[in-house]
Amino acid sequence: MVFDVRLPIGLLFLAIGLLVAATGLTGDKTAMEAHSAGVNIDLVWGAIMAGFGAIMLLLAGLARRKGDEPPP
Amino acid sequence: MHLGAVDWGVIGLYLVFVLGIGIVSARRARSGNDFFLAGRAIPAWVCGLAFISANLGAQEVIGMGASGAKYGISTAHFYWIGAIPAMVFIGVFMMPFYYGSRARSAPEYLRMRFDEKTRGLNAIAFAVMTIMSSGISMYALAKLIQTLHVLDAPFARLNLPQAWIFHAAILASAAVVLVYIYAGGLRGAIYNEVLQFFLIVAGFAPLVWLGLRQVGGWEGLQTTLGPSYTHAWAGMAHATTNRLGVDWFGLSMGLGFVLSFGYWCTDFLVVQRAMAANSMSAARRTPLIAAGVKMFIPFIVILPGLIAIALTSAPDASGHAPAPVAAGHIAQHEPGVIPIKIDSATGKPMLDARGQPQLDYDLATPNLLLRYFPTGMLGLGLTALLASFMSGMAGNVTAFNTVFTYDIYQAYIRPDASDRHYLQVGRLTTLFGVLASIGAAYTASQFNNIMDLMQLVLAFVNAPVFATFLLGMFWKRTTGHGAFTGLAGGIGVAALHHGLTLPADNLAGVKGGWIAVMHTYPSEMAQNFWTAIWAWSACFVVTILVSLATRPKPEAELAGLVYSLTPKIAPEKGAWWMNPVLLGVIMLIATVGLNLLFR
Repeated sequence: MVFDVRLPIGLLFLAIGLLVAATGLTGDKTAMEAHSAGVNIDLVWGAIMAGFGAIMLLLAGLARRKGDEPPP
Repeated sequence: MHLGAVDWGVIGLYLVFVLGIGIVSARRARSGNDFFLAGRAIPAWVCGLAFISANLGAQEVIGMGASGAKYGISTAHFYWIGAIPAMVFIGVFMMPFYYGSRARSAPEYLRMRFDEKTRGLNAIAFAVMTIMSSGISMYALAKLIQTLHVLDAPFARLNLPQAWIFHAAILASAAVVLVYIYAGGLRGAIYNEVLQFFLIVAGFAPLVWLGLRQVGGWEGLQTTLGPSYTHAWAGMAHATTNRLGVDWFGLSMGLGFVLSFGYWCTDFLVVQRAMAANSMSAARRTPLIAAGVKMFIPFIVILPGLIAIALTSAPDASGHAPAPVAAGHIAQHEPGVIPIKIDSATGKPMLDARGQPQLDYDLATPNLLLRYFPTGMLGLGLTALLASFMSGMAGNVTAFNTVFTYDIYQAYIRPDASDRHYLQVGRLTTLFGVLASIGAAYTASQFNNIMDLMQLVLAFVNAPVFATFLLGMFWKRTTGHGAFTGLAGGIGVAALHHGLTLPADNLAGVKGGWIAVMHTYPSEMAQNFWTAIWAWSACFVVTILVSLATRPKPEAELAGLVYSLTPKIAPEKGAWWMNPVLLGVIMLIATVGLNLLFR
């Protein structure tokens, strides 16, 4: 079984994404939006990162179930 | 700058994963082949992303942002002219010889193709170069951490002197890279580079998004900054009518041909990533996949510079204040994003030749990050900077340990030891390489001009070398004596050209003209490109002349090393995206498209 780098990438992005998104959810929204051009960037980007991490984990999981090596 | 617990959490998570990948990779680093070449078992997409990441060091991220702020979108020429064509060339034409010869390093290819002395010259120059580059980037990172006051609060809390921040930044970042390469070798470095690549994108893409929102999108940038900033090809007909101070010929020959091909097609730091691929086909696709991503990197590293200058008071040259920045949701902060450069000795603003205060362009990207990222994203932004630094440094260290172990130690010190011995030496060399980089970083911090001097040496060594590889691979008549004399002659001519010319508004010395000033260039960049053109031409001509006068190697010894004596690779069966030639054509067409879009 070849080490699949999508696994650590997925885990790290999921963890950082959730952490940052949670900061966006719990923090002072008005102050944050004033700081970041009107966007709650923590929430939005945290969610995007977590989503990317989940997709990476999914791909790694599918590859493992098929017993394949990662695509060339 | 104040970092919250969340920011430290993000940075901490990153460090845990980077070290973890190193330790997991260590289980599979049992032989020299594993340690130095990652067992030649890495899939093409992983190699391709590592290929980019190893070149996306902190200096590149900071430097490209600075150039974006100074020169505008023309900076993208370093990618669209200065990288993509060369990356396509190495994938389609040169990789069969690098990968197919089973050489373990670029200098080793030179020994197989030419002789020991050509390998020795290239290996030693390369080893010195990698240590210098990783030292320079380590210095740049430590300086940045100091300037951004990242560690000020924690140091104050621990009652540690603020002067130690520089040392702590250097030692801590070096230690992390050391651990994951020492343990996992090239495999650890490559897997981490892929992780780091995604983090760099994740850290800088939202910055561009927010920045563009603030300045009113690309149209907003165009109105605020004017055509000289937002058109890559505007005024390229003549050196005096564009921001770079070069004309189209100097640009396409100096940057597009000599410097670009010299770096992307011969530098072992990049070639090593492709050599780790799991098949010839994957090795050839590595630079092509990288090219497909590379052409979009300007949008995350150069655009922050343009945004920063648009948000800063006055872009120079136009003479009048810029049009007001198209309003986002909040009023523009004061002062501008890019601060005025302060002379560290006198504490006064540094002035340019016209008496105007100079801007500290190197802070364009970092300051934009501080301005728009709240706690949480700030941690991610700093992680992206750290990731870029580490990937760049790891690229240098892995290339150094391989070249030192195989091309210097095995070649000249102990030729007949066991594989296990060389593996040990490789690990020790990693330690030595990191220590030497730290030494180079401190040297750079001691002397004002040492950074310029180091960059200069890199330019001299890199400029002629592509002629050697090109002739070696595509002209079977090239001899070892020819290659060696050509290489030495090229380096000599580079130094001579530099000693006889000077960029405008500079004093003779480290910037050139240290022999006599025979010609003045409109900009440093123009001088740099022309130094490269002269050095390459000298190497090319001398190599041919000396080769014609000396005896070539028998053809039987050159099979697999020279184009005309190597069986052609059968066209790739399988999906269209497995075909290197087709991929190469697609990358070139896409690059032309980008040039037309931003012409």
